[in-house]
Amino acid sequence: MATSVSALTRIRSARLAGMSFTDYGFYVLCGTAIVLLATQAVIDPRTFFQVLDFGIADGAIYALVALGYTMVYGIIELINFAHGDIFTLSAVIGSAILGFFAVNESSFSLADLLTLLLVFPVVMLIIGGINVTIERVAYRPLRNAPRLAPLITAIGMSFTVEGVMYLWHGSAIIHFPDLLPHGAGFQTYIGGVFFTFKDVFVIVAAVILVSLLAVFINGSKLGKAMRATAQDRDAAQLMGIDINRTISATFFIGAVLAAAGGIIYGLYFNNLDYHLGFSVGLIAFTAAVFGGIGNIPGAALGGLLIGLVKAFSDNYIGSRWTHIIVFSILIAVLVFRPTGLLGMRVPEK
Amino acid sequence: MRNRVAAPPRSVWARLHLRERIRDRDTAIYGVLLLVALVFPAITLYTTDGSTYLIAVAGHAGTYVLLAIGLNVVVGFAGLLDLGYAAFFAIGAYTYALFASQQLLASPIHHAYHFPFWLMMFVGLLIAASAGAVLGFPTLRLRGDYLAIVTLGFGEIVPQVFQNFDQWTGGINAIGGIDQPTLPAWVTGPWAGADSISIVAPFSFSFDPIAYYVLIFILVSVAIVLVNNLQRSRLGRAWMAIREDEVAAAAMGINTVTTKLLAFAIGASFSGFAGAYYGASFGLVSPDDFLFIVSITVLVMIVLGGMGNIPGVIVGAVTIYFILNWFLPLLPPAVESLASSIGLGSLNSRAGDWPGLGNETQNVTLLLFGLILVTMMLLRPQGIFPSRIREQELKHATAQEDEAAIEQAHA
Repeated sequence: MATSVSALTRIRSARLAGMSFTDYGFYVLCGTAIVLLATQAVIDPRTFFQVLDFGIADGAIYALVALGYTMVYGIIELINFAHGDIFTLSAVIGSAILGFFAVNESSFSLADLLTLLLVFPVVMLIIGGINVTIERVAYRPLRNAPRLAPLITAIGMSFTVEGVMYLWHGSAIIHFPDLLPHGAGFQTYIGGVFFTFKDVFVIVAAVILVSLLAVFINGSKLGKAMRATAQDRDAAQLMGIDINRTISATFFIGAVLAAAGGIIYGLYFNNLDYHLGFSVGLIAFTAAVFGGIGNIPGAALGGLLIGLVKAFSDNYIGSRWTHIIVFSILIAVLVFRPTGLLGMRVPEK
Repeated sequence: MRNRVAAPPRSVWARLHLRERIRDRDTAIYGVLLLVALVFPAITLYTTDGSTYLIAVAGHAGTYVLLAIGLNVVVGFAGLLDLGYAAFFAIGAYTYALFASQQLLASPIHHAYHFPFWLMMFVGLLIAASAGAVLGFPTLRLRGDYLAIVTLGFGEIVPQVFQNFDQWTGGINAIGGIDQPTLPAWVTGPWAGADSISIVAPFSFSFDPIAYYVLIFILVSVAIVLVNNLQRSRLGRAWMAIREDEVAAAAMGINTVTTKLLAFAIGASFSGFAGAYYGASFGLVSPDDFLFIVSITVLVMIVLGGMGNIPGVIVGAVTIYFILNWFLPLLPPAVESLASSIGLGSLNSRAGDWPGLGNETQNVTLLLFGLILVTMMLLRPQGIFPSRIREQELKHATAQEDEAAIEQAHA
């Protein structure tokens, strides 16, 4: 890219045992982290695996949100700040629907289970529709505008969605019914590690959704159109792909995943507020960058890793350092591996 | 007609080209801003019976104008998206707060320092600039949006670090009792309530909004002159070349790494400046004052005002600041009095689920701000007052592209 010969580029191009210096630094960093964690695993395996379990469950939710960021960025190069709030909105709508049908943890029947299963597709459709509308109203008119204009409307949309939730519930904590089976029959100790049905549910649900997405992106015609549009919008258009429809579909699918993530978050943590999407969105976005933004498996992997980093940091270093650790790792990854873990080197458009 | 030389302007008035200058939009904006800045305190003092509240608001708005001018160097001139600008603001503010309060007495070094504001302003500037350079050095080779994310991460880390090292910074308890700037001498007179004009020495600002207003007016004026000169300098042109096309700029012999690093450091230095002022004028510095939302607000200000155009950026900063801190907070009482005056006063009181019109308006402000942002951006994607040169260039470029497309179609 830059052709200027600076000390930095010279250092970068220096090679050691076939790897560039930055790659080397990256592997050293990863190696150190693995050694440190392995030491903990040997000293106290019970805590280690407990934290691992929680980290994976947490990371699975981040992965679902990160996918939406990465898909939107991949196709229109926009950091969609409203995505985190879309995620929260889905949990809020989900809890409202459950509240409407008077589904709560005290009297949970088979009919309620059916309602819960129906809440998933209904909220996915609503949120998908909202996200497509947001794209239509706030991003599409600015597609040929200066690059930062859609970024500002994305921020505006984030405030708007948060504002709607604030108007609805205020700053109070919004309760999401604790509907997943829990208690004596649904938890077990395996080798001293406490596993609950909730953890398994979150992980299985996320794996199913991500696999479905992978099949859709790689197998379907619309998925192919998305990949083509992400690669080169003009060329895709010349090949007869309806760009607007493809971009709308991307927003729809991103929102569907966020909606699933939102309801799963609600079922898992049970409490949320209107501002939740901001921090979750920031972390999920970090996860997307971590895995290589625009790269779908990367976002899933990044989400999982960020979940793990958070869990390990919370437990071994202290939760007040977690934020610093997560973002320091983000900076370190970008310095040593500018395109993320799985991202490929792409020329700037 | 071959050797025609323009006749030299005759008088000083003619030489100033006043008429042409007023016709130039940007000069006109500067003129209006200057006029408003000078007349505003007098008018508010007169209309609000000597209340200095609005002058204090305007002084704080000045902090954001400084921030916007600084971020404009990074984003508007050099085209580097910075989502963590508040970090440098925090560094400037904490530099002043730590070395101009009793805070360090409780820290492991057990000694409080009280350096004067006028010195610390420049120390804050230098430290913020070095922080910008330190962050920029390893990361500026990243392509566009990755840089944005690194700065975002940095912006998240810095306030948290200030919060966590509570032994030094007091953590979430904030640093209070920060020294007020003092002047060796000050002239008072009828404008300050004194009977006659006299020299008072030394003069402490002691949270006097008018003194701060004068200070921020001077700081902003200096900053405007500086960035205007920077923009027209060799460095400024190099920034704009990089913004338009980095590869082409490098091919023209511009050292892209150094140039971008300078943009980062100089941009950061303005917020170091602003940070010291902020610490002094509030007398309190807390990690919560420098969250992501501050970076976002400043970015919104410059994009909305017209990126790369200094008067536009200032207008954007003032507009957004007053929407956020004057218009939106004032809306609920205004709506209430409107409702009572048109006979809907019953809506004002609470009734069942209805929280009362004033409270409901209060609840709607966040939503309203979001919609204002979206609408303003949709109406003017290029900002309120975009850079004239850039506008011309863009028009020219599209025209050329169209021509090229037509040629290609015919070939």
